[in-house]
Amino acid sequence: MENFNYVRPAKTGDAVKAMKKAKDGKYMSGGMTLLPALKQGLASPTDVIDLSGLKNSGAKVTAKSVTIAAGTTHAEVAGDKGVKKAIPGLSTLAGGIGDPHVRHKGTIGGSIANNDPAADYPAAALALGATIHTSDRKLSADKFFTGMFSTALKGSEIVTDVEFPIPKKSGYAKFPNPASLYAMVGVFVAQSSDGSVKVVVTGAGPGVFRVPEMEAALSKSFSAKALDGIAVKAKGLNSDIHASAEYRAHLITVMAKRAVDAAK
Amino acid sequence: MNETGIGARVKRKEDLRFITGKGNYTDDINLPKQTYAYFVRSPHAHATVKSINSAKARKMPGVVGIFTGAEVAEDKIGGLICGWMIHSKDGSPMKAGPHPILAVDKVRYVGDHVAVVIAETKEQAKAAAAAVNVSYGVLAHNVDAAQAMTTKAQVHEAAADNRVFNWSIGDEAATDAAFRNAAHVTKLDLINNRLIPNAMEPRAAIGSYDTGTESYTLYTTSQNPHVARLVISAFHGLAPEHKLRVIAPDVGGGFGSKIPIYAEEVVCVWASKRIGGRPIKWTAERSESFLTDAHGRDHVTQAELALDANGIIQGLRVHTTAAMGAYLSTLGSVIPTYLYAILLSGQYNIPNIYAVVDAVYTNTAPVDAYRGAGRPEAAYVIERIVETAARELKIDPAEFRRRNFVTKFPHQTPVILCYDTGDYGATLDMALEMAEYSSFPERKAAAAKKGKLRGIGFSAYIEACGLAPSNAVGSLGAGVGQWESAEVRVNPVGSVEILTGSHSHGQGHETTFAQLVSDRLGIDINNVSIVHGDTDKVQFGMGTYGSRSGAVGMTAISKALDKIEAKAKKVAAAVMEASADDVEFKNGTFTVKGTDKKMAFGEVALSAYVAHKFNTAEIEPGLKEGAFHDPSNFVFPAGVHICEVEIDADTGVTEVVNYTAVDDFGNIINPMIVEGQVHGGIAQGVGLALADGCVYDKESGQLLTGSYMDYQMPRAADLPSFKLGFTCTPCPSNPLGIKGCGEAGAIAATPAVINAITDAIGVRDIAMPATPQVVWKAMQPMRKAAE
Amino acid sequence: MPAISMKVNGQAVCGDVEGRTLLVEFLRDKLGLTGTHVGCDTSQCGACVVHVDGKAVKSCTALALACEGAEVTTIEGLAKNGKLHPMQEAFREHHGLQCGFCTPGMIMAAVDIVKRNGKKLDEGTIRHELEGNICRCTGYHNIVAAVMAGAGNM
Repeated sequence: MENFNYVRPAKTGDAVKAMKKAKDGKYMSGGMTLLPALKQGLASPTDVIDLSGLKNSGAKVTAKSVTIAAGTTHAEVAGDKGVKKAIPGLSTLAGGIGDPHVRHKGTIGGSIANNDPAADYPAAALALGATIHTSDRKLSADKFFTGMFSTALKGSEIVTDVEFPIPKKSGYAKFPNPASLYAMVGVFVAQSSDGSVKVVVTGAGPGVFRVPEMEAALSKSFSAKALDGIAVKAKGLNSDIHASAEYRAHLITVMAKRAVDAAK
Repeated sequence: MNETGIGARVKRKEDLRFITGKGNYTDDINLPKQTYAYFVRSPHAHATVKSINSAKARKMPGVVGIFTGAEVAEDKIGGLICGWMIHSKDGSPMKAGPHPILAVDKVRYVGDHVAVVIAETKEQAKAAAAAVNVSYGVLAHNVDAAQAMTTKAQVHEAAADNRVFNWSIGDEAATDAAFRNAAHVTKLDLINNRLIPNAMEPRAAIGSYDTGTESYTLYTTSQNPHVARLVISAFHGLAPEHKLRVIAPDVGGGFGSKIPIYAEEVVCVWASKRIGGRPIKWTAERSESFLTDAHGRDHVTQAELALDANGIIQGLRVHTTAAMGAYLSTLGSVIPTYLYAILLSGQYNIPNIYAVVDAVYTNTAPVDAYRGAGRPEAAYVIERIVETAARELKIDPAEFRRRNFVTKFPHQTPVILCYDTGDYGATLDMALEMAEYSSFPERKAAAAKKGKLRGIGFSAYIEACGLAPSNAVGSLGAGVGQWESAEVRVNPVGSVEILTGSHSHGQGHETTFAQLVSDRLGIDINNVSIVHGDTDKVQFGMGTYGSRSGAVGMTAISKALDKIEAKAKKVAAAVMEASADDVEFKNGTFTVKGTDKKMAFGEVALSAYVAHKFNTAEIEPGLKEGAFHDPSNFVFPAGVHICEVEIDADTGVTEVVNYTAVDDFGNIINPMIVEGQVHGGIAQGVGLALADGCVYDKESGQLLTGSYMDYQMPRAADLPSFKLGFTCTPCPSNPLGIKGCGEAGAIAATPAVINAITDAIGVRDIAMPATPQVVWKAMQPMRKAAE
Repeated sequence: MPAISMKVNGQAVCGDVEGRTLLVEFLRDKLGLTGTHVGCDTSQCGACVVHVDGKAVKSCTALALACEGAEVTTIEGLAKNGKLHPMQEAFREHHGLQCGFCTPGMIMAAVDIVKRNGKKLDEGTIRHELEGNICRCTGYHNIVAAVMAGAGNM
C-alpha cells in the first residue's frame, strides 16, 4: 500500500476542509472496504481523512423514524434495542454484515457512501425510503444510489445520518457468497403503514434495484405465497464463478419469500 | 498405564507457547541488518521473457539489489528438481522441463517467479518490484488438464504433447478379460478438482550468508528441512551441506504444501551472499500463496468396474489424466502414480486392476502433495464407483462393500501393495451402529417434511502410509530413501533429549514422542524434550508427510531407546555388581533378579557419565544412542466414514448434518491428538467436496480464486461436530503396532460427502466442489420433471 | 513520521509510524508482539484479531494512527499475573489448536464472543460467531468445545 497523509478531524467541517485541501483525498469511516482496497493497490490516495474522530454514533428512535448517525457501527445498530423494535429487518441486516470483527468497525455511513453492489445497507435504505443526511443536504435514497460504487455524493460531501421511516413490517434475507460472506443475493422487504410494499435486491446486479412485480403482489397479499411464480429475469444480473445470473435470479425469489416470512 | 505414557490423553506440551502468543514462526524471526525481498511475478499464463529492465527500479529508495535469471546462471545455481523418476509404459523417462529459480526465457503460469527485488523495507521492495519493467511475448496457454494433450499451447520443449509420462500399472490383458466376462459393468467419469492447500501460515523464508565462516543459514517454512538442505546443496549447488544450515522453526500447518523446495527460499539464501551477507526475508502475501504454493489434486478420470451376477467385483479399469502444472514440483510425479494407483484396490478383493495415468503440463501452479497425496484421489475413484455400482445393482451400499471386502490377511493386491492386517467388517459394523444406519429412512422422511433432501453416503477407505521400505521406493523411482532417524540423548541428571528427523507443524510430536519416552524409560514427560527442525542440531532425517512420523519416526526413536536400555542395563549391572542378564528394567527402575538391589533411571544415567564404577574399556562412558529405521512395509490405516447431508431444495445449500468416522489406526499413542487429526482431515475432505475449488479462467489463464474473497475455506458454521470411533488391529510391521492417522479424514470424507449428495438428489455424479449453485443446477432436471 | 501513543496490554507505548502503517505492523514490527499473526490480505482469516478498546477487531484492517490513545489487548496480554486466561486454558485442555497459527486470533475472538453473548453458549452460536476466523487444522470440532468450556470458566 502506498503511503498517505493521515488526519482524523474531530469536526465535520474540519473533515470537509481537509478533503478540499487534499490532492486526492479519501474519507475513511470503519475502513473495512477502503483498507483492503488500498492494500490491493486499487486506490492510492494522497490523504486519508478518518471520520472516526467525529464520534457521531448512535440511533435516535421517534414514533415515525429511526435516525442512525453515520459513524454507528454495524454491531451498534444490531445491538440497539430501539432499532430492533422499530425496524427488525434493519437490525437483522446489520447483524449479518461480514463477521463480528468487521461489525465492530464498519459503519452505516461508510457502507452507504461506498455503495458496494454486494453491500447490505443500500437495500434497506432504498426499501425503507430512507433519507440520507449529508454535510450539505438531505437526499432520498432513490436519488442517492446512482450505480455500482457510485452515489450522488459530491467531492467533499460527508454522510452524517441516515433516517429511516418506520415501516409496518420489515424483513431481510441474505444468501451470502460462500467465500467472502458478502451478499450474493440479499432481499429487503418493507411494508409501510399504508400497506404498500417495497422489495429491494442487493448483490445480484450492478447496484440495488426494486422488483415492481413482487411489490405489487405483496401489496395485495403480504405473504410468501404471493410471490409464487414471480421471478426476476436473469438478463443483466451479475454472473460469476459462485452464481450465474440464472441462479441469482432464482435466489431472488427464494430470498424474497424468506424476507417476507421473517418480516415483523 | 503410565499416565503420560502410550495411550494416555496427555495435554500437549507445545500448547503453552502457542496460546500465549510465544510461538516462533519464520515471519516472527528478525535478524540484524535484515533486508526484504519481493518477487516480480508473471502476469501471464504463458509468455516469453523478452527483456527485463530494472534501471528505474534500482534507483528507487531503499533498493539493495535486483536479481534475475541472468545472475542465477552466472552463479551456476541449478533449477528446482522433481525427486521421483517415473518411466512411461514404453520405458522412456518422464519429460522434465527446466525449472529455474528465476525465469530465464519463459514464464509458464501466472505468478511464475521472474525477478527479485531486495530493499531495506517490505514496502520499498514492493514499490520497486512494481517498477521493474518486463517485456513479455504472450504465448497460447492452456490451464485445463483434459485439453493438455490436444492444445496448441506447448508448455515445455521436452514434452511435445505436454505429456510428462504415460504410465501404467496392473495386468491389462487379464483386466480386459475380466471385463469381457462381466455380468455388469459400471462406468463413471470423475473430476477431482484442483485445490489450494492454504495452510494458515503463509510460506516465508530468511536467507543469510555469513561472510566470516562462508556458510549459509536458511529459516524456512518446511516440513522437511534436511531434504531442503540436501536439494539446495546437491542440486542447486549453493554450498556443501556442512556449509548450509536449514531451520524450520514453528511451522503453521503444511498439509503437503510445505514439502516442496520452492524458488523463493532458494533465492533468499542465494542472494544473501550477493548483497554482502545481509539476511533477506520474504513472507508470502496470501495472494502469492494462492498463486504459487503447490496446488493439489486436479485429476480427470474415467473408471469402469466389472462385476459378476452376484455383485462381486471382477476388475477395475482406470484412466487418469493428472495435471502437473507448469513444472514438476518436488514430488509431483509420484502422487498420481505410486501414491495413487497402488491404492485402487481399496478395501476390496479385486482380482484384476489396470490403470493408466497420463501426467500433463498445464499453465498453472505446479501440483504436489496435499493431505493424502494421491490416496484421496484413489479413494474417490473406488468409493464413488463402488457406491454407483451398488445403486445400479440395487444392493445396499454397506452390504455391497461387505460382500467385496478383503477378509484374509496378508492380502496381495494386483497393484503392488500387500495389506498386512485389518478387519474391515468390524469397522463397518461399528460405523453402521454409530451412524444409526437402520433408522436413516425415518430421518430422511422427517427431513422431507421440512423441505430438505436427506442423503447418506459411505466411504470405506484404505491408505498406505508410513513411507516406506527404501529399497522398494528406490525401485519405483524415488530419489531418496524413506527411513527416519532418531537420537536419544540422556543427560547426566536423567532428563532426555530426542533429536528426530521428523518435523512437527501441528501434529503434536513434542507430546506424543515424549509419551513414548516416558512410557519406555518411566520418566516424567516434562523431563523429555523433542528437538526437531534444525539441521545443525539434528542428524539427517526425512521429515513429516504421508502420516509417517508415528510409524517410521517413532519407531526410530523406539529402536534408539532399545539401545539406551541395553547400554543402561550394562551400566546398572556394573554399578550393582550383577550380570547384565540379571538386570531388569521396569517403570523407570533397574533391578537385579532375585535381590533387592535397584537403581532409578536417573542414577544409572549419572553413573554412565561419571564413569567411576565400570571399566571404560568395556563400557563406553555416556548414554546417547541413535537409530535409523527403515520400514519393512507400508502401514495400512483403514476405516469406514458415513456422511449424512441435508440439501435445501430451494437453494441447493448442502448441510453436513451427521458425520461418523470409524478408523483402525492400530495402537494409538494419544487418543486426543489422534481425534484432532481425524477432525482436521475430515474438514479438509469435506472442504474439497463442498468448498475448496481452485478455478483458472480458461480464456485468460488467470487464477479466479486468488483470495478468500473467492476461494471458500470451510468455516466453523460449515461443519458439524463429528462422531468418532476406533477399532484396532495392531500393525505387525513396527514394534509399536501403530499405523498412521494424519490423512485418514481427508482421504475418507470426500467420497462420503459426494455419495451422500448424489443419494439425496438422485443423480449419478455431481461436480466438486458441490457448491449451492452446482447442487441447485443438478436438481433442475428433476424439478422440471416434477413440475 | 507521525508519532503515536497507545496502551498495549496495559503498558503505555509510543513510536513513529507512517500513515499507512497497520496496527498489526505496529504490534509485530515495532513492539515485537509477534503473537498476532497475518494470514491473509483481504481481512478474512482472523489470525490478526486483537481487542481495541474492548472490542475484537482485525488488526490487519486498522491503521495504527487510528488507534491513537486506544487500549489494545493482544494474545500476549491475556494472561494476568502469570495465570492463563480461562479461554487459553480451555484451548489447551480441549486440544483446540494444532499448528497454533490461527490460535491467537481464535482465542481473542472467543473471549469477545463470550463478552457479547454471555457464558452459556450453544454450539450453533459458537460456530456462527466464529465466521470471522479460519482454521485449517482442527476442523473446528475442538475449537467449539474449547470455546464452550472456556466461556463457562470466564
